[in-house]
Amino acid sequence: MIEFKLPSLGADMDQGKLLEWKVKTGEAVKRGQVIAVVDTSKAAVDVEVWHDGVIEELITKPGETIPVGTVMARLSGAGEPAVAARAPAPKPSAPSPKPAAAPAPSVPPALRKPASPAARKRAHELDVDIEKVTGTGPHGAVTLEDVEKAVKPAAPAPAPAPAAGADRLAEMRKAIGAAMSRSKREIPHYYLAETIPMHRALERLSRANESRPVTERVLMGALQLKAVALTLRQFPELNGFWRDGAFHPGHGIHVGVAISLRQGGLVAPAIHDVDQRSLEELMRALADLVKRARAGSLRSSEMSDPTITVTNLGEQGVEAVYGVIYPPQVALVGFGRIAERAWAEDGALRAAPVVTATLSGDHRASDGHRGARFLAALREQLQRPEEL
Amino acid sequence: MTVTYRDALRMGLYEALERDERVFLMGEDVGRYGGTYAVSKGMLEKFGPERVRDAPLSELAFVGAGIGAALGGMRPIVEVMTVNFSLLALDQIVNTAAMLRHMSGGQFAVPLVIRMSTGAGRQLAAQHSHSFEGWYAHIPGIKIVAAATIDDAHGMLGAALRDSNPVIVFEYPALFEAKGDLTQSTVDIASASVRRSGSRVTLITYGSCLPKTLAAAEEVDGEVIDLRVLRPLDTETILNSVRRTRHAVVVDEGWRSGSLAAEVMARIMEQAFYDLDAPVARVCREEVPIPYPRHLEEAALPQPEKIISAVKSLF
Repeated sequence: MIEFKLPSLGADMDQGKLLEWKVKTGEAVKRGQVIAVVDTSKAAVDVEVWHDGVIEELITKPGETIPVGTVMARLSGAGEPAVAARAPAPKPSAPSPKPAAAPAPSVPPALRKPASPAARKRAHELDVDIEKVTGTGPHGAVTLEDVEKAVKPAAPAPAPAPAAGADRLAEMRKAIGAAMSRSKREIPHYYLAETIPMHRALERLSRANESRPVTERVLMGALQLKAVALTLRQFPELNGFWRDGAFHPGHGIHVGVAISLRQGGLVAPAIHDVDQRSLEELMRALADLVKRARAGSLRSSEMSDPTITVTNLGEQGVEAVYGVIYPPQVALVGFGRIAERAWAEDGALRAAPVVTATLSGDHRASDGHRGARFLAALREQLQRPEEL
Repeated sequence: MTVTYRDALRMGLYEALERDERVFLMGEDVGRYGGTYAVSKGMLEKFGPERVRDAPLSELAFVGAGIGAALGGMRPIVEVMTVNFSLLALDQIVNTAAMLRHMSGGQFAVPLVIRMSTGAGRQLAAQHSHSFEGWYAHIPGIKIVAAATIDDAHGMLGAALRDSNPVIVFEYPALFEAKGDLTQSTVDIASASVRRSGSRVTLITYGSCLPKTLAAAEEVDGEVIDLRVLRPLDTETILNSVRRTRHAVVVDEGWRSGSLAAEVMARIMEQAFYDLDAPVARVCREEVPIPYPRHLEEAALPQPEKIISAVKSLF
């Protein structure tokens, strides 16, 4: 039996609301198939299943809000006999004298909500119903702080109302706030910056775009993503996660792209295996991702596994961006505006387009020395745009 | 004055021998060899063979002789080279030293001090790397102290000699080269000590895990309590801290099952249950014989990273 649990779709997600099941009990599903749509505070996310199998039981009901890690459904694995088939089937030819008992629905035992002793004591003192408090402690346990937070607004909110408009924005700010506070609390950031001449990269793009229809033009954002991804191959310590006190290198280079949303807030879903894709593929993936992010329909696999984040605030006109790392990632690369500057090269002064690339690094996973080498390698990579 | 932990032990021993004629040192290789860890180096020459006595290789015999001398009015310091060999003297320690006051209806006290080195971390393999402090702390009738700092390495021996009951002083070869300032001329052997203030979690430890725990505490805003006295435990100091931080992790170099850590956790649960905001966690020696290779030995012992991840599991 396989348990299908609500995955964490980013460090800032601790719960989600099931919007709909895309499958029915008894239906066969394939690895990678979208089986549910879950509303995080940021977006409605299509959640994929990671095993082939048959849906045995859908536990969570649409509309329910559940913590990350909750078992939402049970599947029998491929090759495993379905539960129904395993149960002794009543033989039609020889009717059993006893009426076959209806198979007892597997009702989970009524578990008490996990809550710390201090939280229970305080909830009792404040007359708070602890069952209604959202837990943020280990295994979703309600902590003392959760109880105290729950009484701050006059009364504990009843059922979470469907997040929409201002509510959703407030929820998102809260989620971003939690993730960024955690980042600044736990991650010892270091910051490096490097000015990179961009005339070669710009020439390469405009040459390539000449022959393309407007809709298929490749933008600098895609080229920068590819340059970062190729450079990262030599710097595995910047590509991965810091978990349980140790660095875990990422499997593949999945670049999270920071996308601002129209109503405010942002998401940073991943484009997978960026180093192995052509510029054209990347551009299509990027355009698709931005469109879907803004429409609020992202896939769980995109939300859960970026190994590094790239943010580009050039369009907003800033010179450089010093980003906050998105935990559990260990690095963030930022690009500012491409602008013409007086640039000395080979002993001559010229006007050249340059961009400031920055690296925010997690000092637990890497040191400034390697970070500096990374930015230097990125600069050199962008001088060889034909490789991108 | 900056000294090593080893210097501090040597100074404490020297002062004890100098201060009181009734004090003498007895054990394997303490005289002519100067002590296995060179703590009693030069003492034989200074105090003579009556007061610095090389004993035969029988822990049972020389601990018993120490008990007899204590009953006879002396203030013996018996050095059992390491806790690993003290198992041979358990009958004398448990059945005689610890029980005699009771068995004699209060007529006899046993003012005996036993010094032992203890702990792993020096690639001495399974039979020579034990941490049995928790076992000894199980026994009523003896006091157990663990010197984790320079001041305690220097002062605990003197405090133990002033006590009219048997006292075992544990010393930590893993700390022998540690340097620090000698700040106190005497120490008590009644209380635990807060070695670092913090607000997020209480980290409770003793002995050679103290420096590792202090290192971890830097990362997690931990308050570090050095138990110092393993029997009788200073429960108040522990509870005062846990009631404030509401989170506790016990770090113990001994094996997990039936450990001193288990006792500390039980007391927190008994007396501060409603103040806890998460289960109490512990970081102990893995439940295996200590391996010889360095990397495996390190993996089997509490380390700062393990302590940090135990703390993180509470939030």
